[in-house]
Amino acid sequence: MSLALRNVSRTFNNVTAVQNINLDIKPGEIVGLLGTSGCGKSTLLRAISGLDNEYDGEIEINGQVTKEIHDTTGFIFQEPRLLPWLNVLDNVTFGLNGKRNDKEHRAIEYLESVGLIGKEKLYPRELSGGMAQRVAIARALVTSPEILLLDEPFSALDAFTKMQLQDLLLDIWKIYQSTIVLVTHDIDEALFLCDRVVVLRGQPGEVATEITIKEERPRNRGSEHLARIKSEILDCLDLSGTKS
Amino acid sequence: MAKNQGELTAVLVGKKKEQRRLERKAAAKNGVWQNIVLGSLIPAILILIWELLSRVGFFPSYQLPAPTVILEKIVEMARDGSLFGHIGITTYRVFVGFILGTIAAVVLGALVGFYQKVEQLFDPMIQAFRSIPSLAWVPLFILWMGIGEPSKITMIAVGVFFPVYLNIVSGIFSVDRKLIEVGKMYGLNSFQLVRRIILPASLPSFLVGMRSGLGLGWMFVVAAELMGASQGLGFLLVFGQNMAQPETIIASIILFAIIGKLSDWVLKKIELRSLHWQDRVVK
Repeated sequence: MSLALRNVSRTFNNVTAVQNINLDIKPGEIVGLLGTSGCGKSTLLRAISGLDNEYDGEIEINGQVTKEIHDTTGFIFQEPRLLPWLNVLDNVTFGLNGKRNDKEHRAIEYLESVGLIGKEKLYPRELSGGMAQRVAIARALVTSPEILLLDEPFSALDAFTKMQLQDLLLDIWKIYQSTIVLVTHDIDEALFLCDRVVVLRGQPGEVATEITIKEERPRNRGSEHLARIKSEILDCLDLSGTKS
Repeated sequence: MAKNQGELTAVLVGKKKEQRRLERKAAAKNGVWQNIVLGSLIPAILILIWELLSRVGFFPSYQLPAPTVILEKIVEMARDGSLFGHIGITTYRVFVGFILGTIAAVVLGALVGFYQKVEQLFDPMIQAFRSIPSLAWVPLFILWMGIGEPSKITMIAVGVFFPVYLNIVSGIFSVDRKLIEVGKMYGLNSFQLVRRIILPASLPSFLVGMRSGLGLGWMFVVAAELMGASQGLGFLLVFGQNMAQPETIIASIILFAIIGKLSDWVLKKIELRSLHWQDRVVK
């Protein structure tokens, strides 16, 4: 599904968080929203999801302008946000409708793809952070969302789990070809995953630059090409400004 | 062959699991016994000392009779059948009052929790009523409803209402907004949000409210029965006082302790059953 933002701004109590964002995202594209904290990346994502509908401007999903929550959109939050009174299986089937049997079959299929087979009966309190986040990923994917919104989904995880889950995300993307919008402050993550990185800067946040990454997947995390883009982005973010 | 082997290991693993389960069960049983023994050690010693001191005449029997005398009194009441009448009527009053108070609290608490308008309309008034000591209602209720069951049950219901109401409201208010967002993301409507997220999330605080409500229920039944009753454990207290029978009073107090504890135990079981998902320290 395609996604388009036209002049999107969001103001909280007279303080503008983001302004005049224009963005066109093609079906199946992975777009990263990158920026320092407080530049409005998450605000933008919440506007796209429909959880926040008090923004100005228009958001078009597949050619339709809507401020409602779209039922083909999935959201993976920074924290797992599992329902503590449901076990892993019931958490994954939470967003599904239909017969219990069918729902469970689907859920198990996705639990398998995130590597959690055999853990269906565990409760969230019994899971490690990485496992819980995998459940959250399975829960978001099981409804086959055509647009997947990720809000720093791996930022709370250790480096190894993070890389594992990034690979997992790409595997799943290869199969289902969802359109993905990824909010992150991790430049390496953005470069590893995205077709295009949109750099936001300033307060209120505005688009500073857009960088298309043509490198074929699977990408090498340490490649020279990516390193060059990284320094480009760092220059653009102008982090030294805080020093002087 | 490989398959057979697989089956064999499966059987072995199954056996091991079974064994481990049994061991755990046995360990749990031992733990229970240990708890019972440890918990009743000090009371048993105290009762023994009390009995001895009563026998040697240290406590005058018209003030503090010996434990055996009290036990005899209970057995005697059980034999002539009056005991079950007293326990039955008191439990009935608490039970009905508890149910009525809880229902009222659930309805009002849910409305106040979900609708801001209802909160603005009702909550200040309920808070004002809460600051009236509930026992102050007794004369009014007796005046309105007479000395029979309705006034007593209303009394108990009022006592149960407040803790349950307060806990439900605070439970609903403290449901994690982040979980509600998850529900919204899956397109749940308001009713589904209530049923699938808000209710389960506020269940712990509801159960806490029920337990403290039940405690107050037992307190209020004593007050209600002291005011005027012809049967019930509270009546036994007054009766014992009038007849100068301390053993009747103490027997009644002990019975209160036992059934109060039993009813709380039932609620606690329900709580453990329905809140097993909670992440809390297991002692």
